Order: sequence, then C-alpha cells, then structure tokens
Amino acid sequence: MSEIFRESIKTLSDWAIPLLLVVIPLLAHFKKVKVYETFVEGAKEGFDVAVRIIPYLVAILAAIAMFRASGAMNLFVTALSPVTELIGMPAEILPAAIMRPLSGSGTLGIVTELINTHGADSFIGYLASTIYGSTETTFYVLAVYFGAVGIKKTRHAVPAGLIADTAGILAAVFICRLVFG
Amino acid sequence: MLNYVWLGLIVIALITAAINGKVPDVGTAAIAGAKTGVDISLGLIGIMALWLGIMRIAQEAGLINILARAIKPITKRLFKEIPHDHPAIGAMILNISANWLGLGNAATPFGIKAMEEMQKLNKSDDTASNSQVLFLAINTASITLIPATVIGVRVSAGSNDPFAIIGTTIFASASATVVGVSVALLLQKLPVFKKTDPALQANSEQESA
Repeated sequence: MSEIFRESIKTLSDWAIPLLLVVIPLLAHFKKVKVYETFVEGAKEGFDVAVRIIPYLVAILAAIAMFRASGAMNLFVTALSPVTELIGMPAEILPAAIMRPLSGSGTLGIVTELINTHGADSFIGYLASTIYGSTETTFYVLAVYFGAVGIKKTRHAVPAGLIADTAGILAAVFICRLVFG
Repeated sequence: MLNYVWLGLIVIALITAAINGKVPDVGTAAIAGAKTGVDISLGLIGIMALWLGIMRIAQEAGLINILARAIKPITKRLFKEIPHDHPAIGAMILNISANWLGLGNAATPFGIKAMEEMQKLNKSDDTASNSQVLFLAINTASITLIPATVIGVRVSAGSNDPFAIIGTTIFASASATVVGVSVALLLQKLPVFKKTDPALQANSEQESA
C-alpha cells in the first residue's frame, strides 16, 4: 500500500512540470495562438523581474545573516523556552521554529541536523520534518513578491505572515503529538 | 512594520555580537547575505523567463480565464477588489496549485505575475493593497501536498517511512493557511491598517476634490 503511494507521488512529481510545459502550448496551438512568438514575448519580462527583486532580497538576507551570525538565536531560545515547555514542544525544536520564517536554508540545516542526531523516525525527527513543511519562509516571500512590484509599505503583511507561521508551528506540535506522540 | 523588523534584526545582531565577541562575524555575514540575495535573484532569471513565457501562452489561449472562472465562488469572497475574471485570479490559481504540488520553481513566477496583475489594480505605487497582503499571507503559509525536500532528507537519514510526515505537514500548513487568511482579513479592518489602504485613500481624495 505504502509502495503504491510512494510510486504515485514520485510519478506525479516527475510528470507535473514536463506535462505543464507541453500541454499548455499544445492547447494554445489548437486555439490558434502563435506559441513561439507568444512565449518569447512573455519570457522577456523574466530578466526585469529578477533584477527588480535584488535590492529587496539583499536588504532582508543581509539583515537575517547578521542576526544569525551574532548568536542572537540563543537569546531567543532562552527567552521563549518557558512558553514552549508549556505547549509540549521539545526544547531541541525551538531553533528550527524560530528560524522558519527567517531563512529556508537555515531551517533546513537545523532540521537535517535534528533528524541526523535524533533519528528520522523519532518524535523530534517527525516534528522537525513537519515544521519544515508547515510554512514558507515569510521574509523571503515578502521580499520577492513585494519587491517584484516595488511595494515598500507592507501594511499588515508582516504580522499576518508571522501569525500564520506561529499557527503552523503550533499545529505541527499538536498533530505530531497526536499522531506520533 | 518592516522598518522596525529590519532595524530590530540588525541592532539586536550588533548588540548580541558585541556581548558574544562575534562582531567580525556579523560584518562577514552581512556581505555574504548580500551576495546570496544577488545570487538568488540572478538564479531566478532562467526559471522566470521560462514560466512567464508559458504563462503568456496560457493567457493568450484563454486558459487563465477558464481557471479564474472555475474558482470564482471562493475568490469573489476573499479578493473583493479584484474583478472575478481578472488575469490576477488565474495567475494566483496557477501559483497556489504549483505550491500544492511542491513545484516551488514554478510557483514563484506565477506568484509574481499575480502580484503584477494586482498592482495594476492598486491605486498606490508603493503601498500594498488588501488583496496583495492576503495573497502574500496565503503564500507564506503555503500548503504543500508533497514536501519533497524534507522527504529527501529523511530518505538520506535512513528513515523507515520517509512519507510518514505528509499527513501532519498538510494539517500544519492548512492550519497556517486558514489562520493567515483570517488574520489578514481581520487586520485589514483595524483602523491603523485601514488608514493606509490605497483603495480607500484614493476614494477619499476623489470625494474631497
């Protein structure tokens, strides 16, 4: 059963992108769209968008890199540990949870280490894996998406994103305790 | 808000580094972080061009509009500022479906396209509209049906059941999405954020004029 599940997931992952790349132009061709010319027209924007994001991404990533390098993470872990004990989150997980909205690669590093230290099929291994997939990297998404259209005043985007991240992490703790605890 | 977060990160970094004796590391990290920002952006060029090309084909063929119409019952409630057959909706659906399938590379260009389309409706050049914040909240929570990266880590760590976390991940990310959407919709009603709503500001200017 799990073998079939695994195979079908792998097939879906393998086929999704190639299929999209072929099916969309094919359908468009039947609708009399000049596919090659249209593709080139659309693709032209790719460079501009990528370059437009640079200042936003540099601002966010430089600040987060400074924060990580200073060891400020430990301060946060110490400050938040009474709260996490209360909700039944193991102390080892906390750095991964704090890193989640800041840095995707940073979180992956912590999660990989936790999985290797405690075992992929331990409670901490399950919880760390779930936390990694529970939300996106809020500040990266913010820099890229708002940067691409030149939005500087983000209004309620930061609180909404961070509250969603917190909800994702709490939900991960809850469901992992229920399923694997 | 981002002003405070940004300033907070770098000020806390310097103070903590001074206490920990890591001041030189912070300088090196800032430069390395800046370089990563450029590398990521430039690395996006090819993927962006590819998917924006495909996206344009889909748009010309009317496929985006078909998608937009299919999901109209949901979007007309959430994204009140956007006309239901607007290309922004189609781009959003492509973005969200790509996220669900774990196709992060494809999701980003679609998401940026959606932002650009929403920006055409935004009355301000530099202030986020309610729809843009809501879409961002959906994306930061981002449901993924197949968390491929972490499954890969689990496989290489010798897990007996690398896929065991799929269900818990869907639950956690769905919870984050529901909370993110609700919070974005609630916060946009708060006076402090309502005051800066580009849609309302443009209206009040017209009224006074």
